Amino acid sequence: MPVKTKTKKSDLKSLTIRVCVGTGGLAAGSQGVIDEFTNQLKARKIKATIVKKCVNKTGCRGFCAKDVLVDVIRNKKTETYQLITPEMVNTIVEEHIVKGEPVEKWLVGPEYHEFHNRQTKILLHQCGQIDPEDIDAYIAIDGYKAAKKSLTLDPLEVIEEVRNSGLRGRGGAGFSCGMKWDFCRRTPVTPRYIICNADEGDPGAFMDRSIIEGNPHAVIEGMIIGGYAIGAELGYVYIRAEYPLAVERLRIALDQAREKNYLGKNIFKSSYNFDIKIKLGAGAFVCGESTALMRSIEGKRGMPRPTPPRSVTRGLYDKPTALNNVETLANVPLIMLKGADWFTSFGTKKNTGTKVFALTGKCKNTGLIEVPLGMSLKEIIYDIGGGVEKNRELKAVQTGGPSGGCIPAKHIDMPVDFDSLTKIGSMMGSGGMVVMDDTTCMVDMAKFFLTFTEDESCGKCVPCRVGTKRMLEMLTRITEGKGKKGDIELLLELADTIRLGSLCGLGRSAPYPVMSTINFFRHEYESHINDGICPAGACKSLRQYLISEEFCKKCGKCFRVCPTEAIIWEKKQFAQLDKSKCIKCGSCYDACPFGAIL
Amino acid sequence: MSDNTLKVKINGKQIECSPHETILQVAKRGNVYIPTLCHDDRLEPYGGCRLCLVKVDRIPRPLPACTTPVADNMEILTETDEIRKIRANIIDLLLSNHPNDCMRCEATGSCTLQDLSYEYNVKGARFYGEKWNLPIRDDNPFITFEPNKCILCGRCTRICNEVVMAGTIELTGRGFRALPDTSFGKPRTLKNCEFCGQCVSTCPTGALTDKKGRGKGRSFELKKVRTTCSYCGTGCNFDLNVKEGKVVKVTSAYDAPVNHGNLCIKGRYGYDFIHSFERIKHPLIRKGDRMHTVSWDEALDHVADSFRKLLKKHGPGSVGGFSSSRCTNEENFLLSKFVRTVFRSNNVDNCARV
Repeated sequence: MPVKTKTKKSDLKSLTIRVCVGTGGLAAGSQGVIDEFTNQLKARKIKATIVKKCVNKTGCRGFCAKDVLVDVIRNKKTETYQLITPEMVNTIVEEHIVKGEPVEKWLVGPEYHEFHNRQTKILLHQCGQIDPEDIDAYIAIDGYKAAKKSLTLDPLEVIEEVRNSGLRGRGGAGFSCGMKWDFCRRTPVTPRYIICNADEGDPGAFMDRSIIEGNPHAVIEGMIIGGYAIGAELGYVYIRAEYPLAVERLRIALDQAREKNYLGKNIFKSSYNFDIKIKLGAGAFVCGESTALMRSIEGKRGMPRPTPPRSVTRGLYDKPTALNNVETLANVPLIMLKGADWFTSFGTKKNTGTKVFALTGKCKNTGLIEVPLGMSLKEIIYDIGGGVEKNRELKAVQTGGPSGGCIPAKHIDMPVDFDSLTKIGSMMGSGGMVVMDDTTCMVDMAKFFLTFTEDESCGKCVPCRVGTKRMLEMLTRITEGKGKKGDIELLLELADTIRLGSLCGLGRSAPYPVMSTINFFRHEYESHINDGICPAGACKSLRQYLISEEFCKKCGKCFRVCPTEAIIWEKKQFAQLDKSKCIKCGSCYDACPFGAIL
Repeated sequence: MSDNTLKVKINGKQIECSPHETILQVAKRGNVYIPTLCHDDRLEPYGGCRLCLVKVDRIPRPLPACTTPVADNMEILTETDEIRKIRANIIDLLLSNHPNDCMRCEATGSCTLQDLSYEYNVKGARFYGEKWNLPIRDDNPFITFEPNKCILCGRCTRICNEVVMAGTIELTGRGFRALPDTSFGKPRTLKNCEFCGQCVSTCPTGALTDKKGRGKGRSFELKKVRTTCSYCGTGCNFDLNVKEGKVVKVTSAYDAPVNHGNLCIKGRYGYDFIHSFERIKHPLIRKGDRMHTVSWDEALDHVADSFRKLLKKHGPGSVGGFSSSRCTNEENFLLSKFVRTVFRSNNVDNCARV
């Protein structure tokens, strides 16, 4: 919102400053930056002349590595600064805002624009632009128009529109959202419920959090439309308690929506009543599973139950329930507003729209990205992600978090969509994307994800409870060089039992990291087991340490840190390693400043 | 039957069923055996042990028989190679965290896990790793809990919460560390537990056992004598487990028409009186200060004479009958009939009215 000022000192005509206040931004200190801007502008009497507040908060814009990001929109010209601290604010105000000369050295580099320009932002676009704590900001960008419009339609027309858009559930399985609503509506039992699943738990995934933090009203609007479509009068947002900021923003948004009568009785002056309750999750990953989530809302122990009957016929309190992911619901208002045809213009035929991914790992630009479904993995990693860190060789990409599998570098040209990922033995999951280079050990990677699933197993069914435990123990033994011949076959057999035998999606998908790494990187397992060598050099226990006399500067640092006196050293002497005493802890390796320990 | 009759094929055998039945229920009726660990007819289906997995035509992954409702023309196979392999691996996994000390286990002979390992020829050596090493919990007079033998089937917690509604135990922790336990792991006392022993009755392994019967006989040494509980008029049936003429414990009779195997603390654990040396075994008549052992004929004659004398001297209003709620309905009826027709008195009452 450009605002006219009367500053005489310079040619400043309008000014908006946008500071990212997502969790990433706040952690980097954006609150301090906002305060400093406000103070500085006040001190220079700029604020006094501006009618409305010009320092705006925005949600996460995805490029968290460079936080705090600040947009200064001066006379309608936007400049973006990166890595801003409160100490830098003075200079920016002085140079840029007053004199009109942007501070070049702190501006974002080309990678920022590359990162953004290659994306197709339909959801995240709003996140980075509007103040999430202000309903008017959302209304100003056509917010709640879609809900208003939907309430004038027949619920079946709403369902038809969503179905035509081809919107598939963004929570991982990719089930058609319109079909789900249709099944739910057709179950002749009331009351019905709509639930927003914001129990995002995959390690490294934070798409849902960013959407709620950046634009909570979009989710609320999506739920209103969904609730109307299936005939529910009450909705729940099941959100992790570990997302305090998102919860806070959601609470504010709900209060504001109630004030405007967008929630409550006879909303939008129609005969439809709808309200939303927040239910905080207590930190169990399995509560992101639909049936466990519903048990948790009911106040019971969060354990899944076998399906059928499915939730759309017997869900929360045994009533028909539609459970949708945050991202799915955030897409709904856009579909209702701009039409199914607009939505299908993104993505591919069976995978329409965009998908938000959390791009992490050994990638130059990490962060939150939104791309049309069907974009190739190569474009995502090299064009948006900027390639592999330190220009190393790409080894594999893990999608779908602990439930997914890895995709080796040779398949990098594959399109990223629901069906292609499932075909290759991975899955979309909620959208985590971890890039791995040649220093990542695939056994170790599988072990990492198994550690997570083993820890998060609820304990109800045997294959998941004991199976993942034994699988993790086997992987641990392999990474410690204690693997035996036949372990790979046993792992695969166990994986099959867990995959086919487990009760819920958590267990059924738990062995995927192991299966896909064995499938594509069997030789790594073999060299761990047969030769006791970790090809990537990542497994500590399998490392062989050597001291190179070429590089050793005789400083003795390694000698001092060694806990087992395995290093023999005297002043002005080369250090030597007694392998019989070495426990391969790696302390000397970390301590050596000259890289003499190999 | 009505139009709602469905037809399913289990292992090629056609069975008629109704829409709300599960595969397991239909299979049982059709005498097709499907192994289970977490299923108990008294409880809601759970689907946790995954042993009842069966192959259903056109569905790629196996489905649990205990929770899956039947559909018309379903074709079910219960013993495919794949299914048997999954079952064997599941048993193997269970044994990998089990003490496997069947030689001295109380449940030997009546342990489903043992039977299944035998049936599927599982040794329990393929998967290995950390095993629970938790102390035995027997800090109460009736129930011994050996956590290491627990297979987390959840039957004890479910019977406690679904049937008894006592809320004594619930699953605590999660994953490999999940365990059925009292709140805060406190010992069982009358404050938090009814000691009905329902959890013991449903436990498929030796994790929960009757403390009083421990070490007193293996299940195959015990003769089961069906009897009706004498504590109240409900008429629960149970089996007295007798070894060498002595009752060593009480077990549930699941086919009992009244209680379907459910019992309370009295029925299950109140059998000490049977072999108590303080138990009155003959009729006694007080003569002077002392009680004298007499025959039943003598005792009944004495009672009849006394009633006759009272009725003659003071009339029917001077006598009455007071029966016990430990008697059955029929016994109570007999007493009231007797008092009204023989004594010609209306003074009839029962202790349950107090």
